[in-house]
Amino acid sequence: MALKIVKGSIDRMFDKNLQDLVRGIRNHKEDEAKYISTCIDEIKQELKQDNIAVKANAVCKLTYLQMLGYDVSWAAFNIVEVMSSSKFTYKRIGYLAASQCFHESTDVIMLTTNQIRKDLSSPNQYDTGVALTGLSCFVTPDLARDLANDIMTLMSHTKPYIRKKAVLIMYKVFLKYPESLRPAFPRLKEKLEDPDPGVQSAAVNVICELARRNPKNYLSLAPLFFKLMTSSTNNWVLIKIIKLFGALTPLEPRLGKKLIEPLTNLIHSTSAMSLLYECVNTVYIDVNTPPLPSLSLSLCLYLSLPPQLCVQKLRILIEDSDQNLKYLGLLAMSKILKTHPKSVQSHKDLILQCLDDKDESIRLRALDLLYGMVSKKNLMEIVKKLMLHVDKAEGTTYRDELLTKIIDICSQSNYQYITNFEWYISILVELTRLEGTRHGHLIASQMLDVAIRVKAIRGFAVAQMATLLDNAHLLTGNMQRMGICEVLYAAAWICGEFSEHLENPMQTLEAMLRPKVATLPGHIQAVYVQNAAKLFATVLKSQEGNTDSTAAQETSQLMIDRLPLFVQSANLEVQERASCILQLVKYIQKLQQKDVEVAEEVSALFAGELNPVAPKAQKKVPVPEGLDLDSWINEPPSESESEDEQPKAIFAKEEPKHSRPRREEVDEKELAKRREARKQEQANNPFYIKASPSSQKVYQEAPGVEHIPVVQIDLSVPLKVPGLPMSDQYVKLEEERRQKERAEKKKKEKKKRKEKRSGRGKKHDSGPESEEDITPAHQVDIVTEEMPEKSSKHKKKKQKKEKEEKEKKKKKKHHHHHHHSDGGGEEAVQNGTVEEEEPLPVSVFFCFLPLTKVYDIQGNLQDGSQVVVSVIFENKCDSFLKSMEFNVLDSLNSKLQRPEGSGPHDGLTVPFQLPPGVSNEARFVFTVQSIIMPQKLKGTLTFIVKDSSTHEKLDFKLHFTCTSYLITTPCYSDAFAKLLESGDLKCSSVRLEGVNMPFHHLLARICFHHHFSVVERIDSCASMYSRSIQGHHVCLLVKVSAQTVSIDAKCDEPTLLGNVLDEIKQTFSQC
Amino acid sequence: MIKFMLMVNRQGQTRLSRYYTPVELSRRAVLEADVVRCCLTRKKDQCSFVEYKDFKLIYRQYAALYIVVGVTDSENELSVYELVHNFVEVLDKYFSRVVSLDIMFNLDRVHIILDEMIQNGHIVETNKSRVLAPLTALDKMADS
Repeated sequence: MALKIVKGSIDRMFDKNLQDLVRGIRNHKEDEAKYISTCIDEIKQELKQDNIAVKANAVCKLTYLQMLGYDVSWAAFNIVEVMSSSKFTYKRIGYLAASQCFHESTDVIMLTTNQIRKDLSSPNQYDTGVALTGLSCFVTPDLARDLANDIMTLMSHTKPYIRKKAVLIMYKVFLKYPESLRPAFPRLKEKLEDPDPGVQSAAVNVICELARRNPKNYLSLAPLFFKLMTSSTNNWVLIKIIKLFGALTPLEPRLGKKLIEPLTNLIHSTSAMSLLYECVNTVYIDVNTPPLPSLSLSLCLYLSLPPQLCVQKLRILIEDSDQNLKYLGLLAMSKILKTHPKSVQSHKDLILQCLDDKDESIRLRALDLLYGMVSKKNLMEIVKKLMLHVDKAEGTTYRDELLTKIIDICSQSNYQYITNFEWYISILVELTRLEGTRHGHLIASQMLDVAIRVKAIRGFAVAQMATLLDNAHLLTGNMQRMGICEVLYAAAWICGEFSEHLENPMQTLEAMLRPKVATLPGHIQAVYVQNAAKLFATVLKSQEGNTDSTAAQETSQLMIDRLPLFVQSANLEVQERASCILQLVKYIQKLQQKDVEVAEEVSALFAGELNPVAPKAQKKVPVPEGLDLDSWINEPPSESESEDEQPKAIFAKEEPKHSRPRREEVDEKELAKRREARKQEQANNPFYIKASPSSQKVYQEAPGVEHIPVVQIDLSVPLKVPGLPMSDQYVKLEEERRQKERAEKKKKEKKKRKEKRSGRGKKHDSGPESEEDITPAHQVDIVTEEMPEKSSKHKKKKQKKEKEEKEKKKKKKHHHHHHHSDGGGEEAVQNGTVEEEEPLPVSVFFCFLPLTKVYDIQGNLQDGSQVVVSVIFENKCDSFLKSMEFNVLDSLNSKLQRPEGSGPHDGLTVPFQLPPGVSNEARFVFTVQSIIMPQKLKGTLTFIVKDSSTHEKLDFKLHFTCTSYLITTPCYSDAFAKLLESGDLKCSSVRLEGVNMPFHHLLARICFHHHFSVVERIDSCASMYSRSIQGHHVCLLVKVSAQTVSIDAKCDEPTLLGNVLDEIKQTFSQC
Repeated sequence: MIKFMLMVNRQGQTRLSRYYTPVELSRRAVLEADVVRCCLTRKKDQCSFVEYKDFKLIYRQYAALYIVVGVTDSENELSVYELVHNFVEVLDKYFSRVVSLDIMFNLDRVHIILDEMIQNGHIVETNKSRVLAPLTALDKMADS
């Protein structure tokens, strides 16, 4: 025995230890693998010995080899042997090896349960500690179940060192054996108040992780964490706590309110950037997290203070020279951008600066931010900056990223921010000059999309594309640029399809038939051939008109000469098209030689315009009788089969297929969901052609179109392929255009303001140019998927700058109906009917005890049959009002527009609740057929008073005056004169006696109350103009002598005129 | 939480690796190589955070040694960044001016330090002397 020990220790002297192994590996750089395999053989020998020291040494070396990527699972049992050594130095080697090599499927783990339990209860705290550490790496469900109790006991160990480790490992135990959570939770909670900060921090960590999975269960701990947050000084712990609150606040909005102060304090006081970042970050991310957007929204409101503060702090981060802070600042900024775009947008300068950063990841972050920051106003400027970067960028990946970003930014939400499409086309053309980009296809599809959908741009686009075709050799010059030649596909198609806009179709035709074209990819050649034919038709048409018929024949000859090249193409598509067209042209030539006029017929081949398909077109196609779209064509495969067939990894997210009976109900929901998703997708997909007939009408008939300045571009300006970027000039032009617009608007506004000052209108501060004020030079021929009417009208209104909306008079005319309240002093809610006997010209006001409603009727310029009524609800009682429903009894002439699917007598829910003393505005859209007569509509408003939770009802009447159908439309004096001369206006006049007010007041009053605008004013005589929503012209000539006002009026609709005059009369009789 | 921690040299050789979520041995090598390439190709003036697949990498360079930490998306980058430095300071204190050879030859000790600081992916201790307490106890035991 003694001999054996001696022999063992002598052997050991010759064994390699870890250091020797490391050194050895370093010395055998050439034949490392061979060296290691001999080492492994040695280790295998060592492991066979009885001496635990030798074994431990061998296991230690194995751990190192495992790290280098060698499989050591064969030694698992030896590792367990070493783990169970009584000597701590060996035991820890065993545990280390186990924690590195063991995983759930290692079968020897079963053998360790008792050993670990023994170690956990060892009197030596380091034994326990090492066991806990090891366990955290390889705990299995079995181990968790068996040891949960032991670990739970350790959570109350006397030594904090053990306690903190035990607490932390409980998280792993919970994961593997969830049943343990319930009994362990009280103790875990207790540990939050442990005197040792390490244990506290461990408990915070565990609860934070748990709460992330299921926040609801941890709400009750909020006060505890609140205390911790104000007391703890450990930043790592604070970060976790803030994270935890981030998860909790969406569930309990009141928490948000409470958090403002400590968070603000932290933001102001902390010097730790990590903590600051967390404060700013958490608050904003978690505000947005689903599933409770409405609640989180209220949190946003509660946290109304911090957005500016956070953005300010982030600005400091971004301005820091430390790249890490800069990066994180931008990252957090992009999160705030989602909720508070305005507060981020003001830091545009800073973010643009970041585009110059040396670090690519910072530049990419900044790019991401830019996407959300563009507006009509700054789009050109931002893109110009980006274009500069495109030129400078080294590395194709970054440049490609820039390119896609530019296109993304411009095309987002159906080109919402583009005001000048000529500019956009030139940007696209400039982008084709990029060396070696992969995104030719993307550029091409944008060109096609814009050219198809923006009719006004076609002429310009065609000119640009023709130049591109002419310079095609520059694009296809070297093979590296193959990606970009995709744009030729778009160019050829656009030139062919819209060839009527071509300045010199012959030249383009020649360019398209060059022999070099044959080197292009097949699909592009095919487009070339097809569009050459279209061009040919156009050229013929122009040439046949001439007396000389040789030109036309020469063109045919050109086609016949060049097309055979394509007939020989290896590409089937090209070949087929080319031979078809070649035969056609030959036939045409024959006819030409007989002096037959063919141009008409040839162009008939390609006649017809590409029309957008309405999103709901499919619906109009009736389903053929006897076709049940829901029935199976083939019986569905049996459930088990389908499950077996589907690879789980791929279909993991998909709902498992149900057999038929269950399918139906799921389908209803699913369908709705999918429909929603599809709508969303379509709305975001610029390639989905959408249109509604009304939108086109709007585009053509929109009044005042002639006054929208459209930039006149000299189309003959050649595309400079190298040299100065052309898009720049648009930036300048756009500036000028906007300035002009602004000036015009100012004029109008001045006028308005004058009117307002004299009228009782609320002064409206127009401030700096706002987003909506920029009118696009071209309109995109798209209307978003049918939205609920209200919002879409609202949008349209905005575009049309109908500011009158805001000039609602807040005059209060109280009709107190004092049936009073029972003695308690509280005002009871009254049911009352109030009818305005004499309606005010523009707005009629109601005042009820609990609720005030003020409403304003506005005609909708876009649609001759729609009127928007904005109602201001003001709660004048002391109780909270909710569930308000607005309903109007429709008349034959006027109908309240209700959402699809609701009945003709259903009320509309008012989308808000009213706390006491608060007012809010809601809008309702009415369809009106005839506007020549004023009208009264009866309606009711039902609501619930929160305290008494009773249903209350208010009756009211809406008075649609004829004036409310008029819309202030500026008119120039020459146009006005023409209108009067035309003679198809009917005359009428009215005299007002005893009007005692200055003339300009009088005019202002008419302008304000009756939506007129002054055309011209000479002394005490003025001509005024307005227009109804259905396009009736109303002209007034107002004269004053002494106290008599005479109004001569002309209108193409006498009834309307009469009513308007009556209303004007009433306005003045009231003062 | 922290998914793994790697120490690699400039040649991309792993000097220490610790996984807090199980990763198969065969995939570790691929992951390590990929992660290391991601970090090593970055220049000095670039920031230390990289978005990698569905998690984030945070790395710090000390002379020829890179420390790379993979964390889940919910982790605060800066706090981990600081933790790495804290870890290096602890190593510095224990080895008195640590060099990469120290780490190679004392891998087990470095592991003990790391285990004291990070346990199942969470920061458990950051106080230097408390982190080193078990190790010093161990050394005393070995000496006696």
